[in-house]
Amino acid sequence: MTDRYLRLSGLEPFVLTPEIPFVNVGERTNVTGSARFRKLIKNQDYAAALEVARDQVENGAQIIDVNMDEGLIDSRAVMVEFLNLLAAEPDIARVPVMIDSSKWDVIEAGLKCVQGKPVVNSISLKEGEAQFREQAELCLAYGAAIVVMAFDEEGQAGTCARKTEICARAYRILTEDVGFPPEDIIFDPNIFAVATGIEEHNNYGVDFIEATRWIRRNLPHVHVSGGVSNLSFSFRGNETVREAMHAVFLYHAIGAGMDMGIVNAGQLAVYDQVDPELRDACEDVVLNRRPDATERLLALAERFRGDGKREDKARDLAWREWAVEKRIEHALVNGITEFIDADTEEAHQAAARPLDVIEGPLMAGMNVVGDLFGAGKMFLPQVVKSARVMKQAVALLLPYMEEEKRLSGGGGRESAGKILMATVKGDVHDIGKNIVGVVLACNNYEIIDLGVMVPPQKIIETARTENVDVIGLSGLITPSLDEMVHLAAELEREDFDIPLLIGGATTSKVHTAVKIAPGYRRGQAIHVNDASRAVGVVSHLLSPTQKSAFVTGIRSEYVEVAEKHARGEAAKSRLALQQARNNALKLDWSAYVPVRPRFTGARVVDDWDLAEIAEYIDWTPFFRTWELKGVFPKILDDEKQGEAARALFAEAEAMVRRVIDEKWFNPRAVVGFWPANAVGDDIRVFTDPARDKTLATFHTLRQQTAKRAPRPNLALADFVAPTGAAEDWIGGFVVTAGPEETGIAKRFEEANDDYSAILVKALADRFAEAMAELLHARVRRDYWGTSPEERFSPQDLIDEPYAGIRPAPGYPAQPDHTEKTTLFRLLDAESATGVTLTDSMAMWPGSSVSGLYFGHPESYYFGVGKVERDQVADYAQRKGMDLSEAERWLAPILNYVPGARNTLAAE
Amino acid sequence: MKIFRLPETDTVRRLQAMARDRILMLDGAMGTMIQTLSLTEDDFHGRGGSGTGCAHPTDHPQKGNNDLLTLTQPEAIERIHFDFAMAGADIVETNTFSSTTIAQADYGLQAAVHDLNEQAARVARRAIDRATAIDGRERFVAGAVGPTNRTASLSPDVNDPGFRAVTFDDLRIAYGAQIRGLIAGGADLILIETIFDTLNAKAAIFACFEAFAEHGKRLPVMISGTITDASGRTLSGQTPTAFWHSVRHARPFSVGLNCALGAAAMRPHIAEIGGVADTLVCAYPNAGLPNAFGQYDEGPEETAAQLGAFASQGLVNMVGGCCGTTPDHIRAMAEAVAAHAPRKAPFHD
Repeated sequence: MTDRYLRLSGLEPFVLTPEIPFVNVGERTNVTGSARFRKLIKNQDYAAALEVARDQVENGAQIIDVNMDEGLIDSRAVMVEFLNLLAAEPDIARVPVMIDSSKWDVIEAGLKCVQGKPVVNSISLKEGEAQFREQAELCLAYGAAIVVMAFDEEGQAGTCARKTEICARAYRILTEDVGFPPEDIIFDPNIFAVATGIEEHNNYGVDFIEATRWIRRNLPHVHVSGGVSNLSFSFRGNETVREAMHAVFLYHAIGAGMDMGIVNAGQLAVYDQVDPELRDACEDVVLNRRPDATERLLALAERFRGDGKREDKARDLAWREWAVEKRIEHALVNGITEFIDADTEEAHQAAARPLDVIEGPLMAGMNVVGDLFGAGKMFLPQVVKSARVMKQAVALLLPYMEEEKRLSGGGGRESAGKILMATVKGDVHDIGKNIVGVVLACNNYEIIDLGVMVPPQKIIETARTENVDVIGLSGLITPSLDEMVHLAAELEREDFDIPLLIGGATTSKVHTAVKIAPGYRRGQAIHVNDASRAVGVVSHLLSPTQKSAFVTGIRSEYVEVAEKHARGEAAKSRLALQQARNNALKLDWSAYVPVRPRFTGARVVDDWDLAEIAEYIDWTPFFRTWELKGVFPKILDDEKQGEAARALFAEAEAMVRRVIDEKWFNPRAVVGFWPANAVGDDIRVFTDPARDKTLATFHTLRQQTAKRAPRPNLALADFVAPTGAAEDWIGGFVVTAGPEETGIAKRFEEANDDYSAILVKALADRFAEAMAELLHARVRRDYWGTSPEERFSPQDLIDEPYAGIRPAPGYPAQPDHTEKTTLFRLLDAESATGVTLTDSMAMWPGSSVSGLYFGHPESYYFGVGKVERDQVADYAQRKGMDLSEAERWLAPILNYVPGARNTLAAE
Repeated sequence: MKIFRLPETDTVRRLQAMARDRILMLDGAMGTMIQTLSLTEDDFHGRGGSGTGCAHPTDHPQKGNNDLLTLTQPEAIERIHFDFAMAGADIVETNTFSSTTIAQADYGLQAAVHDLNEQAARVARRAIDRATAIDGRERFVAGAVGPTNRTASLSPDVNDPGFRAVTFDDLRIAYGAQIRGLIAGGADLILIETIFDTLNAKAAIFACFEAFAEHGKRLPVMISGTITDASGRTLSGQTPTAFWHSVRHARPFSVGLNCALGAAAMRPHIAEIGGVADTLVCAYPNAGLPNAFGQYDEGPEETAAQLGAFASQGLVNMVGGCCGTTPDHIRAMAEAVAAHAPRKAPFHD
């Protein structure tokens, strides 16, 4: 080993060998680079922030950059907290960390938290040689590699001569004076924007590339890194051109010796695959090859703006010349319905039987789709569009098949298996279930979809009469979990042994393993939360050869999950209710005068403008519905999912336009405010400002996890002034995009267009959420007036920069769905909006949102977490509810087994 | 902080010269040797008999505070050092495994830390000087720096993974006090050993740098981790190579492993470290696994045979023993490795 490679470590080693041409440093755990991460950190949602880190590592990041430089957060404390939490996650901590900050004290605090060998990003000669030397010596003593910026007392280097001069000077100080190992030095010679219209900037690309070449030749063993996205700053908004510029730039910079970079994976287009004309124009700019390069690229850029690339593809009809089987495959893979009727008819004419077309070219094409999906080369929205093409083709063939059957009495089509799907009783949400159904149908499974709010008897009857092979259950709200447990027990009692698939937002592997699977021993309950896994799971379950090994594997996995869960629960220390109350949040009510709303009582809001609502849509969850994981708008540039995301977004936008132009939805809302004061953990609502007559009481639940000081044990009641402290107020609202979506989706389904049916439902959900956001802004500025001066743009609101919160009953801050009945009664919401509550407290129509308004500027979202028996007993008594009923509604958050007080002692 | 611009002590060159010629010998276990003395609470306090009394009176029970014996039973400690030296050890370790303010807090003796370390180095020096007077062989004192009983990169509270019972700076300060005491007592090397959390070790390395800067000279540093887990990782989760990458900035005189599950279980990990570390490799395992009574059954020949195999396969530059090893073990080891050439360290450039 006679080498001088950069050697880093997390829990596992990383060595930058010559075989690794380029290290892509993960940049999503950087608050300056990721709006989503910034939001999570600001909200102290560390669990989700860790998921971002985990995703990055799972997606192959070799180093993760952690940056907490944001004016409104305590960067140093948050850096420490996040790195400490990261250390507890072995699957993330296995890779080295890049501790990224412009502040030395943040870097040093970070260095004291990592056991591996990290990279410091960055130090420089900016503040002079003495400080540079001191910081370098400390990095050496902490055992870190360093990024050194080409920055000195004169400023940041732009030209090649200055870059090389500064790097040479830094190298000499580091290696000769400080004794820094040269292989642990990474120079960042500054990537600046080119094509800005300012002539002096034209050579910045060349300056970086040539400086890189010089550094790698003259400063032995060092590395060169840079932040690539700066380069194309003047083309922001035109991702096609930016991507091309980055591809061209990296191609030349890597060739010159750049071996590391903070790069958005979505910007790593392949050099060879960039449109040749565009590539040439980018090369002219990056390499400063002609004086009019910028003008030429600007002119060309217009052609590549937005979805220009795809239009080119659509216009290319060369595939129409291919053989019919290939044309069908092409149409399926690309989701093109335009010619499928003609092509299917042509294939039918050539085939002996209509069934041969399905089992021949159509299934062959769908197999290609399945393979591409399995290999991660196609994404869910594309597969759903393929299914639309398939369905249309089958619809055309069906009459022929009926006719054939009538004449011969012959056999029909063989499906791979029959699957019953249903959203359980009391729940109305079905987007996820529909997507899974479509994907399974694509793979030749016959789907019997019983829709939403399906009672257990109907599921069991249908399963028996239709002789189905698998049952799939879906649910979104927490009471649905109990319905699933109940159904599993019923299946057991009725002697079923077919597999039971569990999916939906509140379901989890742990819940399935601990609560559902043990009740259904004849069959197997399996948690499948994404459509991409569903096909694999079902095919294993229905395969005579693979089933038993697969089920054995699941069983032992679930036993392990259940045991681990039990151990984890036993180890958690929780406070008695009184102790938790002693550690309640104590806001200073002498320093804050609650604002009096402009009206008391409920008021219907009906002046909705669909176009205005659309501006408030947060698109990130929309993409998540389609299993495209990433933050909008960055996801549109994602290396892998970008193409699928752009296509989906274009269609969503087109449908949004139709929703607006053709007034598809009829939004309704009601909002109200009442005088209120906290009494213990309850919020008492009064009929009028005299506060002598109680109108209703909202009950809240308190966190019982042991907290480290100064963190309080919160309950929502803490955000409302206690009686006597101040005259406080509370608000509430219900919004709905309206019941129309169901009818529209049904019409699409009847036209064999599941894609559009799912799309309209997903959009209705987004509209309802956007209404809640818009209404809350109005409440703050006007109705309640807690922030009359607030001026955030609609998209700013996604980061929740405003004061006040609107938690919904049934969600983490108040997990009890039954509090909705109080809210609905106060607002008379049913007659005001048409929204009703099901037995399980789900709102119908599904695209509805409700919540309470808290005005105190220090209120924030939190999760109650698990609660103990003492609190549930107290809560039930306060609510006037039977203990057993309270336990039923709170089942998902109970930290004990109801009725089994002595179980542990007996064991 | 000038670290690598400081001159090195003269001992470094002599140690390096010896290490080129042969496999160096470390001593065996202090703790398990002390256990065989069956000392009483009074003995620990230095009351009566051979005891010398203690300059650090305390109400805390002291039985089990082995490091205190340096002050209260110095002759007994010196005898153990001497026996190891005569059995063949080139380097003896001071009786200071727990001589930090953090570990001594359990015994209420934080204030005694400087004394414990300084005297421990002196006691060890006296023992090897006596041995050298007999056979003329040069020997060295390694100041032993233990892991403390806290972890800087793991939370003791499963419910609060972000919590830390000790910080880097707490450790840096505690280690600094210990290392200054060892240097004051004349230690030739610093041995950071039984590392189960690499962040603790990094704090100790940082403290070494600070203490060396004050001292004006850089002592050779030995680094030794411990892998107690069948997964082949440290308690804090690192693989042996990742561990090496994390401590390499100390530019240690040696790196290796000690304690844990005995020589057989240590072999693959020592081989891994030897494959990547551009410095000397040192292995000093326990005498096998403890039995149900916490005693070590592996006899001198067995342990020596395994380390002899390490040597014949070119895996090591230095060997010795940890828990359960006696002067007889060290004598047998020295014989077992004598015939074999030391491992050739891969040097960069």
